Amino acid sequence: MIKRLTLILLLAGIGSIFAGLMLDYTADEALNRTARYYADHTAEDLGAANLVTAIIVTYRGLDTLGEVTVLFLTAAIVGLVLAKGKRKHRKRLKRTLPPPGELLLTGTRLLLPLILLFGAYVFTHGHLTPGGGFQGGAIIASAILMLLLSNPLKRFSHRLISVVESTSGVAFVVIGAFGIVLAGGFLDNRIMPIGTFGELFSAGAIPLIYTFVGLKVGAEFSSMLVSLSETEQL
Amino acid sequence: MTLPIALGILLALAMVVLAVMATRGKRSLGISILSAGLVSLLASMMFLLLAAPDVAMTEAAIGSGLTTFLFFFVLGRVRGGEHD
Repeated sequence: MIKRLTLILLLAGIGSIFAGLMLDYTADEALNRTARYYADHTAEDLGAANLVTAIIVTYRGLDTLGEVTVLFLTAAIVGLVLAKGKRKHRKRLKRTLPPPGELLLTGTRLLLPLILLFGAYVFTHGHLTPGGGFQGGAIIASAILMLLLSNPLKRFSHRLISVVESTSGVAFVVIGAFGIVLAGGFLDNRIMPIGTFGELFSAGAIPLIYTFVGLKVGAEFSSMLVSLSETEQL
Repeated sequence: MTLPIALGILLALAMVVLAVMATRGKRSLGISILSAGLVSLLASMMFLLLAAPDVAMTEAAIGSGLTTFLFFFVLGRVRGGEHD
């Protein structure tokens, strides 16, 4: 009884806090100074049609580097924790796996290339359309997950995954460092020609950086999924 | 102007119902996982309504796609193990 009463009181308290926030809310008439600067200068300075991408990759590029690092640490820790229960040989599997359904098998064969292609499209077009490296990487990882669902015994090359991951991580930082030498600062995208606004090869180094971010994020998520799939003590 | 607001309220109500189904549902774990994934999917539609397609894309790819499949994957592994 007391437990339920406390719960109701707690819910009422949280509800009143949110109601207060909602009632006080008025939509801004104009952008604030930082937002106005971004909105006014992105197109001519950086040549990116997608403002969000310009902020994430160039103006706040260092934050993106931090996010990628956090994701890398997570993947490394998941791999470390799960490496203990790793299944060494295929024959030592104690239980029999249920066969994947016809729908899953056919669907995987049909959709896998399309999903991979869509993921690559999302991160190469990050400066033009919504999306970018993180979203594209997650889409690529979901293709890997689909492959694992349809065939749980499928083995992936850990070497290939870690090579892709480290190469793109190093390339990301190297491109950023080039920005200090050739342009305005770390991760400045103007080390390459800005190009025509709205074309695929425009916005300087943004497509290149986002491709590396996409590959890195995709490899990190995939390595997490693969080590989860390969462990036996779950 | 009123149509997006009505749609948003409808989405929010559906999300609340699905969230209750996900947490209090007694039928099966599979249905709970599916409802949790649907909450994410509706949340990504909500982000789209609020003119944030980038966030919507992340939510749809990670929250609704990857997490749901991961839960199903782990559910299958737990059921297949001896320590059920």
